[in-house]
Amino acid sequence: MTTETQPASSTETQEVTPRRLALVASKGTLDQAYPPLILAATAASLGWEVGIYFTFYGLDILHKDRFEALKVASIANPAGPLQVPNIVGAIPGATALATKTMKRWMEDSEMPSIPVFIDIARDLDVTFFACSTTMGVMNVTDADLIEGCDIAGAAAFLDYAATADVQLFI
Amino acid sequence: MTTREQSDVAPAMTLDTSGLLCPLPVYKAALALEGMERGQVLELLCTDPGSLADIPAFARQRGDRLVEVDDRGELQVFWIEKGAGG
Repeated sequence: MTTETQPASSTETQEVTPRRLALVASKGTLDQAYPPLILAATAASLGWEVGIYFTFYGLDILHKDRFEALKVASIANPAGPLQVPNIVGAIPGATALATKTMKRWMEDSEMPSIPVFIDIARDLDVTFFACSTTMGVMNVTDADLIEGCDIAGAAAFLDYAATADVQLFI
Repeated sequence: MTTREQSDVAPAMTLDTSGLLCPLPVYKAALALEGMERGQVLELLCTDPGSLADIPAFARQRGDRLVEVDDRGELQVFWIEKGAGG
């Protein structure tokens, strides 16, 4: 049994600028899409202001045609759901199996899918920054992105992150 | 065993997050608290193994007051009094 309390007066001094979390989501696999969205949903639930900068492969998490079909790598991923030698992980269907396995883990644990997490983050007013350089390099247009993304370069994101209390690169 | 600071304050609402993992307990608790008045108490039931660390942090960060923690082994029961936050 533990009991933790705060002084009653602490609630009186909370009326200040909310804390801010600035995340960089740089990876576009299913397993790597979860951490930034989980951290974002948690921070926003704590009352923090949250922005995620989706850059390079991380931009797939905002891509209309890709965000519902993110995959888990079956090779060069020794901690992944498919514990097989790389040579076996390279056979056709291995990526699909690794992906299916991770999705089943998530479902069995009642963890929301990535599309649901995106909805949760949006409901919590998390800002989605889409990296403009990635869009240029990978030929992604505004119309390719899910609704509600702010297209921004590194300068705009750094300006946001400069006043963040926590900044993480994922 | 239970310790209560304000045992006379009955929870206005009970939220059972049994079986749910982080971040769902805090997400659902935030939604529940949003609909409550300042000073009202939310009774939050958790089985997430991190909840004994998470829920006090959640309350502290939001400016709510944790008035009770009851660790029943697999189940933890928290009483959170809504503060000035959202």
